[in-house]
Amino acid sequence: MSAEPILEVTDLSATIAGQQVVESVSFQVPSTGITAVLGRNGVGKTSTLRAVLGLIHRRGSVVLAGERIDSLPTHRIVQRGVGYVPEDREVFAGLTVAENLALAERQRNPRRDFVDALFPDLVQRRDQRAGTLSGGQQQMVSVARALLNDNRLLLVDEPTKGLAPMIVAQVTEALREASTVVPILLVEQNLEVVRALAADAVVIAGGRVVHTGSARGILDDPALTTRLLGVSAGARA
Amino acid sequence: MSTLVLTLITGVGLGALYFLVASGLSLIYGLMHVLNFAHGAFLTLSAFVGWQVAQALGTETWGGFLASLLVGAGVGAVFATLTELVLIRPLYERHIEQVLVTVGLSFAAVALFEGIWGTDAINISGPPWLAGTTPVLGASIPNKYWVLIIAAVLVLLALVLFLRKTRYGMIIRAGVENRAMVTALGIDVRRSFTVVFAIGGAAAGIGGVLAMHAQTFVSAHLGSTLLIFAFIVTVVGGLGSLTGAAVASVVVAVLQQAANTYLQGTGDFIVVILLAVVLLVRPSGLLGKRA
Repeated sequence: MSAEPILEVTDLSATIAGQQVVESVSFQVPSTGITAVLGRNGVGKTSTLRAVLGLIHRRGSVVLAGERIDSLPTHRIVQRGVGYVPEDREVFAGLTVAENLALAERQRNPRRDFVDALFPDLVQRRDQRAGTLSGGQQQMVSVARALLNDNRLLLVDEPTKGLAPMIVAQVTEALREASTVVPILLVEQNLEVVRALAADAVVIAGGRVVHTGSARGILDDPALTTRLLGVSAGARA
Repeated sequence: MSTLVLTLITGVGLGALYFLVASGLSLIYGLMHVLNFAHGAFLTLSAFVGWQVAQALGTETWGGFLASLLVGAGVGAVFATLTELVLIRPLYERHIEQVLVTVGLSFAAVALFEGIWGTDAINISGPPWLAGTTPVLGASIPNKYWVLIIAAVLVLLALVLFLRKTRYGMIIRAGVENRAMVTALGIDVRRSFTVVFAIGGAAAGIGGVLAMHAQTFVSAHLGSTLLIFAFIVTVVGGLGSLTGAAVASVVVAVLQQAANTYLQGTGDFIVVILLAVVLLVRPSGLLGKRA
């Protein structure tokens, strides 16, 4: 991994309604490229991202570009340059596409041209309510919201979940494009997408980090993939 | 025919009053998940201060009437804002405690108002036109109902414009859907809590002054009486839905008036039955988000 990480997570634990969902997780995210968080279903990948962002109750140290952010409320963490693409998109269904995007704009000159070029479909649907969009289009809105600002890190949670193959390819390409300007911490079950995008990987099992290393190092080793993820490379974890 | 017209129009007028109180309740619950039992106190204080303003300027003049409305809206907004900042905000995310503190405030406020303005109702006579009637299809409609309807329509339009055309409005609409996601976009959603309280307080303030003029008296219990029906309207319309509150206000009040007219004064009973039916058949209310 890179010598100067953008994010350092140390002994991070998190609970939801008193239930431990993340247990003493430690890892680093390099300042360039995409780092995948891998693991079987229900091991705490999404909770780890939500804990980093302060969306659930957490303990431990989270350092963003040298600054501890673990005691900050979520909106302050985001204002420090953390974009978030949640699992299940979480677009505001009653708001239009334009309103969804406008809400996400934090800086004086948001990168609208970049986002419009990446998702031309959304330009045509600016006045359509986000709740009436297809799953793929909603995912575009969700990713676009995170790309409108000059973030220092993106947290992206299962961006291809439930999408048609063509849309998966489009979202994958958008993330590849985005990763040229901002590092990404990516939770993804589709190992083909991970193989296409991620340089590094963190594997979580039982709420703990059990392996870190290069993504290809894991995915190219069938025995390791099966042991850590319970599936063979090429399948969904 | 004339009885039906009278029932319908006075029902809509009463619904307008319910809406003025319920709109704030609904917005506050939708965004913050707080059932605000102190809402009646905002209304009552606005009515008392509005009465004093009208007294100073002449209760029978339109100037006094309009000034009492404006001051009432301001008093409601300020009282609500202070309530949010001082009592609600320190209890962020502790919904039970937030509800309890509003219950406490509602009791304390009534006691305080009785201490200041006395326990007896104070009579007030507004502009003479309000006490008159206007003939419609053979029915004589008390003019005060026109004022209530116009005020509620103006408040509804203002709220819709605010929610549709301003960034705070957008944040509030988004926050009603998914508050956590609003914060995950870097927005301090707590600021909009104060805005919502202020708006709700202003609408309740207008409702309080108009209720005072409609009933021609003000007392420390003015708010608590109206609050019960406003809560019913909010639940029937769907907690958090402004449109639901508007529709339910009219439905509840027309039904109440119709039952009072045609079913021997059983309006309040019928409204409670309606509430029970809605809770059993459609717990999310007419236009509320399904759980």
